[in-house]
Amino acid sequence: MFSRAYKTAVTVPPLAWVAVFLLVPYLLMFGYSFWSVSPAQTIVHTWNLENYKELLQKPVYWQTLLRSMWIAARVMLFSLLLGYPLAYFLSFYAGKRKDLLYQMVIIPLWVSYLVRAYAWKTILGSDGVLNTSLQYAHLISHPLDFLLYSPFAVVLTLTHIYTPFTFLPIYAALEHIPRNLVEASHDLGATPVQTFWKVICPLSIPGVLAGATFAFVLSLGDFLAPLLLGGPSGIMISNIVVSLFGAAYNWPLGAAISLSMLVLVVSLLFFSERLEKKWSFS
Amino acid sequence: MELLVSGPVNASRSRWLLAHAALVFGFLYLPIAVLILYSFNGQGVGGFPPQNLTLDWYRTLFGDGPIWDSVFNSLQVAFAAMAISLMFGVPAALALDRAQFPGKALFRRLVLLPLILPGIITGLSLLMLFNLMSVKLSLLTITLGHGTALISVATTEVFAGLQKLDRAQEEASLDLGANYWQTFWRVTVPNLKLSIIGAALLIFTLSMDEIAVSFFLIGRDNTLPLEIWGRLRRGITPEINAVSTIIFLFSLLTIVVWYRLRVRAEGSAEVGTELIGSAANVTN
Repeated sequence: MFSRAYKTAVTVPPLAWVAVFLLVPYLLMFGYSFWSVSPAQTIVHTWNLENYKELLQKPVYWQTLLRSMWIAARVMLFSLLLGYPLAYFLSFYAGKRKDLLYQMVIIPLWVSYLVRAYAWKTILGSDGVLNTSLQYAHLISHPLDFLLYSPFAVVLTLTHIYTPFTFLPIYAALEHIPRNLVEASHDLGATPVQTFWKVICPLSIPGVLAGATFAFVLSLGDFLAPLLLGGPSGIMISNIVVSLFGAAYNWPLGAAISLSMLVLVVSLLFFSERLEKKWSFS
Repeated sequence: MELLVSGPVNASRSRWLLAHAALVFGFLYLPIAVLILYSFNGQGVGGFPPQNLTLDWYRTLFGDGPIWDSVFNSLQVAFAAMAISLMFGVPAALALDRAQFPGKALFRRLVLLPLILPGIITGLSLLMLFNLMSVKLSLLTITLGHGTALISVATTEVFAGLQKLDRAQEEASLDLGANYWQTFWRVTVPNLKLSIIGAALLIFTLSMDEIAVSFFLIGRDNTLPLEIWGRLRRGITPEINAVSTIIFLFSLLTIVVWYRLRVRAEGSAEVGTELIGSAANVTN
C-alpha cells in the first residue's frame, strides 16, 4: 500500500545519516587501527599490524584488558544475584504491588550515571558516610581505606548501575512464562523447588543471557567509574584508551584497542543472541 | 500464584525473597538517599551524623554562574539532539516496518548499536570523524553525537508503537484522496503520539545526563554533567550534592511521566522492556 516514493522518503534520510555518523566513524576507527604515528606526531597512513603486535606484546595492555574483563564478570555475577531473585519475586509474589515495584526498579535505570557514581564516592571515602558512621558506632577506630580507590569500589558502583539493566530482561522472560505451565507442574506433583528448576528456570534463560550480556558489555567499556573511584589498581582498559587519545597521543594504538573491544563486544552479543534463540520457548 | 505461596516451604521461600527484594531496593536507593540528605549537611559531604542542616548549599548553587551556564548548554544540546533523533528515528522506524531495501539488517543493527556499545566507542569514532572533517569540537559536535546515538531510542519506541497501529486507517486515508504527506501528519503521527512523546522524553533525559560520549566531543563550553565532572576532580562539596539532588528530581519526574504515557499506550507492566530487549538482540 505504500508507494515507492514513500518508502524512499522514509528510508534514504535515516540511511544517509546513519552511514555518515555511525558507519563511517566505525570504518575510520578500523582504518586508524592499522596506521601509525610518526615521531613528529602526525598520523602516517601506511597500513601495518604494528599496533596489534604491540597490544599482544606489552603485558600492560592485555593484562589491563583481562582485569577489565574480570571486573566486568564480577559486575555481571553480582547483578544477576541481585536482579534474578528480585525479578522472580516481582513476577510471582508481588501481587498488587507489582506495578509500583517495577516502576521503582526502572527509575534508577534512567537516573544519571554520574549522580549515582558520585553518591558512592561520598559514601566510600576515608571521611565518607560509611567510614564515619562505623566510627560513630565504635565498630572501627580507624577509617577503612580499601573502600574507595580500589577495584572493589568500581565493582560495587557498576553493580549498582547495571542491576536494573539485568533485572529488566529477566523480568520480561519470567512474565512471559505461561502460568498454566507452572500450575501443571504443581498439579503433576512437583515440589515448588522442582517446579523452579525444571520449569521456570530453563524458560527464563534467554532473559538471563540478555541481562548478563548487558552488564558485562557495558561495564567492560566503562572509564568514568574507574577514574572517579578506581584509583591506580582499578584502572580499566578504556582508561588506557582515553590516555592514548589524550596526553599520550597515539590515536592508532588507541583505535586498535577500541576496535578489539568492539569486536569482543559484538561477538559476545552475537553468541548470547544465538544462545537465547536456542533456549527460547516460542 | 496462590498455588506457589501455599504450604510452609513456600511461605519461608517467599519470606526469603521478600527480604532479598528489600535488600536490593535498599542497595538501589540508599546512595540516592544519602546524596539528598548530605545536600543539607552544614558540615560538608562526609561525617556522621549529618549536622547543622542548612539550605546554604542550595543558595551557593543558585548563585553559581558556571553551573547555570552549563545547564543552559545542556538544555540546548538536549532539545537539538531530541529534534535530530526524532527527525531520523521516526522515519527509520517506518522504514524498518514498511520498506524492503538492501542492507536493511545491517541498518537495523547499526542504528541500535550505540544503545549497547560502551559510550567510549561511539564517542571516539565520532571524534575521529570530526577530526577528519576538521570540525572544531563544540556543543554542536556533542549535539550531533547525542542526536545520532539516541536515534536508537526513537526508532525502538516508535517501532513498538507501529506494531500496534491499525494500517486500515492509513489505507482509508489514502483511498479517500489524502496524499502520503497528509496521511503521515493526520493519521500516522496522531496514532503514534504517545510513542513519540515517550521517546522525546527519554531522549531528553538521556541527553541531559550523558557523559561518556560528550567526554570526547567537548569543546570550550561544558554541559552540566561535564561541569560536575570537572569539579569532582578538584574536590567535592555539598553543592554537588545539591545539584545532583535537583538532577535526580528532574529525572524522576520525566521518567514517571514517560512511564505513565507508556502504560497508557501499552496497558501493561512491561513498559521499557522493548528498549532493553531490542538492544540485547542487536545482532539479530
